[in-house]
Amino acid sequence: MPERTVAVASRSGLHARPAKIFVEAVARQEIAVRIRVGDGKPVPANSMLAVLSLGAKHGTEVTLDADGPGADEVLASLAELLARDLDVEAVTDA
Amino acid sequence: MLEPAPGTEPGRSPVTASATAASDPAMREAAAVTPSATLRGLGISPGRSAGRVYRMADPPLLPNPVPVTDPSAEITRAVRGLEDAAEELARRAAKAADPAARDILEAQAVMAGDPMLRESVDQYVGAGMDAAHAIDAACAHHREALVSVGGYVAERASDLDDIGNRAIAAVLGLPMPGVPSPGHPFILAAEDLAPADTVNLDPGSVLALVTEKGGPTSHTAILARALGLPAVVACSGATGIADGTWVSVDGDTGEVGTGIGEEVAGEIQRRALAERDRLGRTSGPGRTADGYPVKLLLNIGSVADARGGAAAEGVGLFRTEFLFLDRRTAPTHEEQVSAYAAVLHAFPGAQVVIRTLDAGTDKPLPFLGLADEINPALGVRGLRVARRRPEVLDAQLDAIAEAAGASDASPWVMAPMVTTPGEAADFARRARSRGLVNVGGMVEVPAAALHARRLLDELDFLSIGTNDLSQYTFASDRQHGDLADLLDPWQPALLHLIAQCAEAGRVVGKPVGVCGEAAADPLLATVLVGLGVTSLSMSARSVPAVRDALARHSADQCRHNAQLALAAHDPEEARRAVREAW
Repeated sequence: MPERTVAVASRSGLHARPAKIFVEAVARQEIAVRIRVGDGKPVPANSMLAVLSLGAKHGTEVTLDADGPGADEVLASLAELLARDLDVEAVTDA
Repeated sequence: MLEPAPGTEPGRSPVTASATAASDPAMREAAAVTPSATLRGLGISPGRSAGRVYRMADPPLLPNPVPVTDPSAEITRAVRGLEDAAEELARRAAKAADPAARDILEAQAVMAGDPMLRESVDQYVGAGMDAAHAIDAACAHHREALVSVGGYVAERASDLDDIGNRAIAAVLGLPMPGVPSPGHPFILAAEDLAPADTVNLDPGSVLALVTEKGGPTSHTAILARALGLPAVVACSGATGIADGTWVSVDGDTGEVGTGIGEEVAGEIQRRALAERDRLGRTSGPGRTADGYPVKLLLNIGSVADARGGAAAEGVGLFRTEFLFLDRRTAPTHEEQVSAYAAVLHAFPGAQVVIRTLDAGTDKPLPFLGLADEINPALGVRGLRVARRRPEVLDAQLDAIAEAAGASDASPWVMAPMVTTPGEAADFARRARSRGLVNVGGMVEVPAAALHARRLLDELDFLSIGTNDLSQYTFASDRQHGDLADLLDPWQPALLHLIAQCAEAGRVVGKPVGVCGEAAADPLLATVLVGLGVTSLSMSARSVPAVRDALARHSADQCRHNAQLALAAHDPEEARRAVREAW
């Protein structure tokens, strides 16, 4: 199954606004995406509760996996999202 | 006190009471024709207002479990409840003025639609639970998972509680808990208001606040003054008024009048707006009618609080806690310097009083690593934290000194909760060794007030924090609703301590200000000035009314007011005597 590992770039970690932006991006995909930290149990990446429960901080490496049509492209775009500081973008948005 | 509305006998569950009042038009009709009655509480934020009252709905109580005969219909009910909660949260997010509040609400709306939460609800209904109980169980299950992560994520557990309450209310057909949104400006009635209830309060749609509990220093009072809303606390019967009833609120006298109609309410509103308009046009430095100057300063927590600052003459209390909240480690030197410099830049050439970190076991900060105490209010807090962690104070003074140098400003610094002349001397030595020249202390403990003169041998100024000084003088917890009368800033014994501090300042020719909530009460401001206080510091919204009150009293009248208040036997008598002298 295709996988991508990326360090969380948002300063506050995968919490609050960054988590919401990520979860909503996952929900827009046609295929199921999972996320895990290290060798931990993969959880559905479209679930805010599951993503928060990872407790991923700034710099934590998370691994995404997905199966199905376009999985590689989906993972690439989501990994790119996690590699951005979504807290900073939150500030510019406001 | 109002008679309870028929059918809502006291002691019934909050669910039943609010459901009855909100859903029964006949009852609202009945309440509208109730002969006029006046409720009395403590007026803690001045001004008058009138409008229809709506009460903050309590979280729903779970009814007894109901046997489920059609699980798929039950799942549909539960899912619709969660959807209603998500929609309501999204709607509140869209209306939120504060970006931080909006972020929290948006994330919460996403959480309410969480697929795993729905899956859990499915499972619990499958196991035989009705929709309300299934939602409750599903939220409890996920709450556990969040709490076990700890830190910021654990704090989101309360968001999940809120989602559960909203979804359950929707399933049961009850009003959503929290601040109501009737779709027009209204008067908010509540048992009491906690910060979480009011984070999203829209000052444009709330006309006034009335609470059953709370005191002059409660969150409700501080919020009302910050927003410039008239407010009455400790008002027995406030939540017994049926939703939609027209009421008038007088934040000066503490009177809440029912039995008025739309016309009277409209007239009160027109006059209140005209008065606010008139006050808004006042400007210039604070002075009495005969020109005796009294500095009007701001209480701020960051630069943002100074906006709309009604042309104050500087900052009387810059709370630095915000830099230290929610942190596992101390802020860096650079971070502190830039935060202090930002405030100094915003007030070029003006007096800016920076208070060093006011924390302790009552306001715990994780990075300080202080052990829990049995009685935090009487424990290691304020300046006392420097006994355990002197390096935190030294680092802060270093940053203030550097910000001062960079801004070409000369900030005043003061320590919170100074108790003895020895503590004052130690703080002064640390500050002066870094080149800081205006060094003061807050008088919040009776011991400090009694020895104000000796404190001033060590310090350049004093600032009286009336909220804590009340708490410690009257041995009454600031948050204790049942003791609100003891915490009344008009208590003559409190005024005596303030008089003693002001007299010490007069003798040695050093400034003595007041930066507690007492300074924001226009009538009490005249008393404080009469006692000899040289500056008053308050939230930006409170400045115009205080400036206006001083401008209408001569220094002699202020002194006369002070004598009347000191001679009174209790706060009510003090207020009455001074009001009648106006």
